[in-house]
Amino acid sequence: MTAPAPAVPSELELGRRRYRRRQTARSVLVAAASTVVFALVVWLTLVNTPGWAAVQGTFFDPSVAARAWPRVFQGLLLNLTVLVFAAAGVLVVSIVIATLRTLRGPVFFPLRAIAAGYTDVFRGMPLIIVLYLVGFGIPGLGFTDERPPAAVLGTVALVLVYSAYVSEVFRAGIEAVHPSQRLAARSLGLSHAQSMRLVILPQAVRKVTPALMNDLVAMQKDVGLISVLGAVDAVRAAQIETAAAFNFTPYVLAGLLFVLLALPLIRLTDWYTARMRRREQMGAVV
Amino acid sequence: MSELLRLSGIRKSFGDREVLRGIDLAVAEGDVVALIGASGSGKSTLLRVVNLLEPIDDGQVLLGGEDISDPRVKPDPVRARIGVVFQHFNLFPHLSVLDNVTLASRHVLRRSRGDAERRALDLLERIGLAEHARSYPDRLSGGQQQRVAIVRAIATDPDLLLLDEVTSALDPELVGEVLELVRELARAGTTILMATHEMAFARDVADRVVFLDGGLVAEEGTPDEVFGSPREPRTREFLARVGGRTGLPPAAET
Repeated sequence: MTAPAPAVPSELELGRRRYRRRQTARSVLVAAASTVVFALVVWLTLVNTPGWAAVQGTFFDPSVAARAWPRVFQGLLLNLTVLVFAAAGVLVVSIVIATLRTLRGPVFFPLRAIAAGYTDVFRGMPLIIVLYLVGFGIPGLGFTDERPPAAVLGTVALVLVYSAYVSEVFRAGIEAVHPSQRLAARSLGLSHAQSMRLVILPQAVRKVTPALMNDLVAMQKDVGLISVLGAVDAVRAAQIETAAAFNFTPYVLAGLLFVLLALPLIRLTDWYTARMRRREQMGAVV
Repeated sequence: MSELLRLSGIRKSFGDREVLRGIDLAVAEGDVVALIGASGSGKSTLLRVVNLLEPIDDGQVLLGGEDISDPRVKPDPVRARIGVVFQHFNLFPHLSVLDNVTLASRHVLRRSRGDAERRALDLLERIGLAEHARSYPDRLSGGQQQRVAIVRAIATDPDLLLLDEVTSALDPELVGEVLELVRELARAGTTILMATHEMAFARDVADRVVFLDGGLVAEEGTPDEVFGSPREPRTREFLARVGGRTGLPPAAET
C-alpha cells in the first residue's frame, strides 16, 4: 500500500490564504487604533474634570494602598478559604436537593415539598438577611458554648442561599437528559437510585457545568459579604484601613483583588464553554 | 420446549386511546417471535409491557411461569432477566463502549469488574468491535452502535431478548450487519421477541410471526403461513402495503 501524497495547497488556495492574512492584519490594526483613541478620550475627560485631583488622592493613593496591603491580603486569604468550603458544601447540598425534587410517587411528597419550599425561600431571600439570621440566630440557639467563628457562620449562610440556586441548575440538567436514557438504564435492571447516580447525573453535570462555573464566580464575590458578621475578610480589612487612613484607597485595592481572584475562574469558564461547543458542533461554525 | 413468556388479555390505554385491547401471546424457550404490524399498532408498547416499563390496565404477564405483572413483584430483578434493544440504541454517551456493556453486569448482577470486562471483551471480540472497547459511542457508526447495544443487552445473559425495531433508525447499508448479529443470536438459541419492519428478515429468522392490528393479535403462525398464505384480508392488505414481496425468501426473489 502506498501512502497518499501529502496535500499541496493549490495556487488558488495560496491566494486565498494571502488575502485572509491581509484582512486579519488590517482588522487587528483598526482594532488597536480604535482602542487607543477610546482610552485616550476617556482618560483626558476624566483628568480634566474639576474634582479629579481630590478623587485621585482619596481613591488612588499608592502609599495608602501599600500600607493597607498586608491586612487586606490576609483578609483575601480568608475569603478564599470560605469560598472553597462554601463551594464544596453547595455542590453536595444542591445535588441532594435537586435529586429530591425529581423523585416521583406519592410516598416522596414530603421530601419533594421540603425541597421545593427550600428553593423558594432561599432564592427569594436576600443574602444579607440570611447572613444576619444565620450569623446571629444560630449562636442564639446555644448549640455551642462559644459563638462559632463568623467565617463559619458566613459559610453556612452562603451554602444555604447558593444551594437553592445551584439545585435548580442541576434540576434543569437532570431534566435535560433525554428520557430514553432513563428507559435504557431501567431496562438493564438498574434501580432508580443507580440510574440516577450512574447514568443521569453524570450527563446532567456535563450539561450544566458552564452555568455552575458562572454561579461560582458570582459566589466568589458574595463571599465578601461575610464581613457584615465581623469576619475580618478583605472587605472588613479594607474598612478598617479606610477608617484609619481617612482614605478610600483600601476599598479600591480590595475590589481589584476580588477581580483578580475572579479572572482565572471567568477565563476557565469561557475556555470550558468553548471546548464543549467545539466538541458538540463539529463542522460549520456560523 | 417449555414456555418462557405468556401474555394473556393485555390491555393498555394512553388517555382515551386504547393501544392494546386484550393481547394473548406465548413465546417458547429458544423461539424467535416476530411482531409485525403498522406503525401505532402497539408493537413497541407491547415490548415495554413485557419489560415492565409500561404499567398495564388489565391482563397478565408470565415469565417462566411467574406472574411478573403482579404489583408485589419487584421490577428491577425481572428487568435484569430481560434484555432490551431500542430503535435509537440509547447507548450511554458518557461511558465508553466497554463501560456501557459492563454497567448492568457490575451494578445489577454485582459481578467483579474483571469478570464483567472479560465477558464484555469476549462478546465485543465476537462482533468485531473489541478494538473500539475504549471508544465512546459517538465515535461509532449507527450499525456499530446498535451492535454494541445488542451486546449490552445480552451481557447479563438474559432469559429473553426484546428487540424494538432495531434497524429502523439505521442507514440502509448498515442494516445488514445488525440483522446478521440477530441471526447469529437466533441460531445460538436465544429466545427473542422482536418488533420489526424487515419482512424478509422476519420470514427468514422467525419461528413464528404475529401480526398486530388495532390492538389485537389479528393473525399468527409460521412465517410461511403468515407471509405465504395469510388467512385474514387485513393481513394481506398490510403485507401488500409494506411490500409483501419482500416477505419472500431471498432465493425466491431472484
